[in-house]
Amino acid sequence: MPDVQTLVNDFLIKLKKRKIEGSQATAKLTAELLRSVISSQRVPYTNQAGALIDAVKAVGEQLIAASPVELAVGNIVRRVLHIIREEDLSLTTAAMAGLNLSIVSDDEDDGEHDNYPVLSAAVVAAAARSTLRPPSLQTLLEDIPDTAAIPHTSSSGGDSEGKSKSGDKSSRSRKLKHDVIEAVNELIQDIGTCHEQIAEQAVEHIHHNEVILTLGSSRTVLEFLFAAKEKKRSFRVFVAEGAPRYQGHLLAKELVARGLQTTLITDSAVFAMISRVNMVIVGAHAVMANGGVIAPVGLNMVALAAQRHAVPFVVLAGSHKLCPLYPHNPEVLLNELRSPSELLDFGEFSDCMDFRSGTGSPLLHVVNPTFDFVPPKLVSLFITDTGGHNPSYMYRLIADYYSADDLVVQRRPATGS
Amino acid sequence: MVAQKKGASRGSEDPEELARVPLQAILLADSFTTKFRPITLERPKVLLPLVNAPMISYTLAWLESAGVEEVFVFCCAHSKQVIKYLENSEWFSQPNFTVTTIESHDSVSAGDALRLIYERNVIHGDFVLISGDTVSNMSLTQVLQEHKERRKKDSNAVMTIVIKRSKPSQITRQSRLGTDELFMAIDPNTKQLLYYEDKADHAKGSIYLDKLLLADKSSISLHNDKQDCYIDICSPEVLSLFTDNFDYQHLRRHFLKGLLVDDIMGYKIFTHEIHSSYAARIDNYRSYDAISKDIIQRWTYPLVPDVKFFGDSSTKLERLGMYRASEIGQSRSAQIGPFTVIGNGTKIGDNTKISNSVIGEGCSIGPNVSIEGSYVWNNVTIEDGCKLRHVIVCDGVIMKSGAVLEPGVVLSFKVVIGQQFIVPSYSKVSLLPQPTKQDSDEELEYADNSTGIAEISSLTHTLDKSNGEIVNEQQETQRWPTSELGTGGAGYVWSVCEGGHDEEWRHSVAPIPAEKLAEVIQAVEDDLEFAQDGSSLPPSGELKLDSNDSDYDEESRDDSYFENEVEATFLRAVDENIKVEHVVLEVNSLRLSSNKQTADCAGAIFYSMMKLALETPHNSASELVQATTKVITNWKGLLKYYLSDIDEEIEVIMKFEDMCLESAKEFSPVFDKILYLLYDQEVIREEAILRWDDEKREADESDRIFVRQAETFIKWLREASEEEDEEE
Repeated sequence: MPDVQTLVNDFLIKLKKRKIEGSQATAKLTAELLRSVISSQRVPYTNQAGALIDAVKAVGEQLIAASPVELAVGNIVRRVLHIIREEDLSLTTAAMAGLNLSIVSDDEDDGEHDNYPVLSAAVVAAAARSTLRPPSLQTLLEDIPDTAAIPHTSSSGGDSEGKSKSGDKSSRSRKLKHDVIEAVNELIQDIGTCHEQIAEQAVEHIHHNEVILTLGSSRTVLEFLFAAKEKKRSFRVFVAEGAPRYQGHLLAKELVARGLQTTLITDSAVFAMISRVNMVIVGAHAVMANGGVIAPVGLNMVALAAQRHAVPFVVLAGSHKLCPLYPHNPEVLLNELRSPSELLDFGEFSDCMDFRSGTGSPLLHVVNPTFDFVPPKLVSLFITDTGGHNPSYMYRLIADYYSADDLVVQRRPATGS
Repeated sequence: MVAQKKGASRGSEDPEELARVPLQAILLADSFTTKFRPITLERPKVLLPLVNAPMISYTLAWLESAGVEEVFVFCCAHSKQVIKYLENSEWFSQPNFTVTTIESHDSVSAGDALRLIYERNVIHGDFVLISGDTVSNMSLTQVLQEHKERRKKDSNAVMTIVIKRSKPSQITRQSRLGTDELFMAIDPNTKQLLYYEDKADHAKGSIYLDKLLLADKSSISLHNDKQDCYIDICSPEVLSLFTDNFDYQHLRRHFLKGLLVDDIMGYKIFTHEIHSSYAARIDNYRSYDAISKDIIQRWTYPLVPDVKFFGDSSTKLERLGMYRASEIGQSRSAQIGPFTVIGNGTKIGDNTKISNSVIGEGCSIGPNVSIEGSYVWNNVTIEDGCKLRHVIVCDGVIMKSGAVLEPGVVLSFKVVIGQQFIVPSYSKVSLLPQPTKQDSDEELEYADNSTGIAEISSLTHTLDKSNGEIVNEQQETQRWPTSELGTGGAGYVWSVCEGGHDEEWRHSVAPIPAEKLAEVIQAVEDDLEFAQDGSSLPPSGELKLDSNDSDYDEESRDDSYFENEVEATFLRAVDENIKVEHVVLEVNSLRLSSNKQTADCAGAIFYSMMKLALETPHNSASELVQATTKVITNWKGLLKYYLSDIDEEIEVIMKFEDMCLESAKEFSPVFDKILYLLYDQEVIREEAILRWDDEKREADESDRIFVRQAETFIKWLREASEEEDEEE
């Protein structure tokens, strides 16, 4: 425990100091941290899931408070909580099935029996779950035609389960933890590969001789464009520089290094150029439950320009960026104001910042917000690692990933399972 | 991948780098000044809250984030409080960041502190020297790298100071942080610091640079728009330098200037200018105000109230720069204006207006209060109808209803202000009486941080006891004279030190009042006018004439001073019968000290001799001549000593002429007689007299009175010389 506690403290400090940049890195680190929290958590015989959930919630609460603006932290905490609930549920139903069917022996070492019971348990679990839960569109469309693939495809988002090898009752406590860790590992893997999975879909969206516009720099967008380039698509990219951090410059540099025809423009030139653009592809900081996007500052303007000229506005977002909260939720801190020094040199304007005369407050205020909110109606398409989705579909996707009990992460035990 | 590569290359290129000591820092948790009195009598400056977090937490948070691994906190005044704070804080439990305290009771300056640290032998490599009242978010990587590279090339580059651009005001000659205008000469190519002056004399309007500065430099740039951030990257030699020069006290005034002036050791100091990042030191109340506002405006990001770099309070940033803690009780009708911070657990009553202020934790503010541009610390009670404008109110202060604080007031801990009482501007109020005055400022600066403590700690002890118990406090308040702070008030109003009144508005937390500004502008304009009056000549060549004029003023003043001195010396010589040689010695030293020519000495001595003759009692002109003869025969040796040249002899004649015209009119009838006397006594040669005659030939008629008077004598001289010529 103490080593986990130091890990947690370490991560908390990093979050507080804003030392981790980028939601993917944050998400991955959060998931890894929670994995070690789970693995070090001693579980009692009864209500193991409850104990795990409490432990994760306790850590998660601290993590969320440390960096309220980085929504990915909260997302991952909720995902892990959801995983625990799912695994618990599937184990319970499997155990029930095992009892009913009298197939599973009481021993643990029934390796030779593995194949059959697994399948049956999983089938029962899936069936039980689909009755317990409102069916998601995905399960409706994909799962029912092919029952054999249930263990894999029904795993809401493909990470929560499907690893339950045996519904052994006596070893359930160890089993649950083991399964949860397995599932979290899969989650970590998913986060790591989300760029590739999104990029795989690039060819379907980018066509020959198109002009793509993007703003600022996003690793997802970069990979996406490269993937299209590698598939021998020839297209041009307009990069808006993304003041005040000018990460667009870096993006342009990398694009050129990979042989893409690139044009760098100022943010204010976006409207002038938008009529020549076939598609706007941007990254996001977070996607809210209503399909609104929290994105780097300046993107709302781009989205409005795109709408005016009927240019598709495509947002790339890994599933760790899906946030189950609504933007009007007071829990959500939508923006972060960074140092004004990114905009102007303090020394040069020091006489404007003078407090010595007059009312004692300067007449010049410099505001440097980090994010914009792009309302869902301006977004044409979301591309996540599970495919393309409409903004209005986001809430269904979120229902797959998160349990409604976890929307408010609080330490107070509200464990239903 | 990139990181890996970096790590690999670093490992291969520099094996010594691997063995290097962790980056260390010395944090001086004592400013060794008294600018924040009376507050600092009870609590050390570094623990004073700055936007609801102790100053030292900003410094430590920055050091930690900048990659410093080991910090030595030097505590002197109130060391117990600092150590207690650090022990209870999270700073001792940070990974990869160790904080060690060094305690001292007898250090009175930064110099003493560094000498003590040197004795401890804990610093092994380059270190960051900073005081605990510095707020910054700069990255150290670049400056450290620059420093190390310079060190490799030149082991004498011992120190790099961080500077930042900041224009001083043209009117008040101080920066926005309330510090005096700073002049620095920097080599633009190497960034070497060549000259540093923070106490320039503005009255003169000029600074003096040693011309040797330019000897081996192609160019130097002179700045008055830079601000010293008081963040120094030092090599270990700095500590030993302090030990070697035991009289170094102040980091800048003694150490830095000492190194710059000392060209024997050849130590060099370099500068590093930061542009986008922030660094500033809280030196006085004005910088406390300015830096608080910078923090609220987020220039110090990520060290801002809503980022939890310290402690556990959760504060949210709302529209227009309002920071509100999660649990505050705010009346619906209260108006919280822009750029305001409200601490946890504070209650605000109806119709209260707050703007541009910082309110601490657990304060209770009544209805109809107006607070503007003020800093209210923790657990302050402000009853209804109070007005606060640009003031600092420390912990536990109670303001009874209707009290008013005018701009610039500082209320120290637990002061009570009576009902309807108006505290006048710039007053400082404390429960502790003002210590007896020190003689000089200098002494005050380094004065007894330690001697003060003993008495104070006992006092604070009693105060702590009474804390919370209202009855007890009530009893205590009985002791206070009601006149000072109204009925029920408690505290002493500190009187402003002499000469300090002018400075009060400069360093106060309040903005400079418009009248003061107007006054200063007026003064500056007057100066300008005065200077222009002096040069009533056409603008061409104005500069030269101008300077001549001012020189003239000074010279004439010097002249009379010099003459008086010489006269005094001479009279003493006469009275005490001092030998001529000794008088010569004395007059020579006078001459050197006031930078005079020998001709001036001759004139002055002659003047004194004549005056002596004049003062000897006489009844007629002939008696006067006799007296003069006597004096001259007695002292011609002295006079002769200074008359090596013909010019000097002429000077003596002219002087005599002047005297006859002005100060000693009695001599005028006997001018020719005395001239002859001088000639006779071989004090003045005939060439000098003839030359004088030649010079005066072109002069006005009025000037020639004495020439005419001496006409016969001159004529005789001419004839005599002609005869001599003929004889030859």
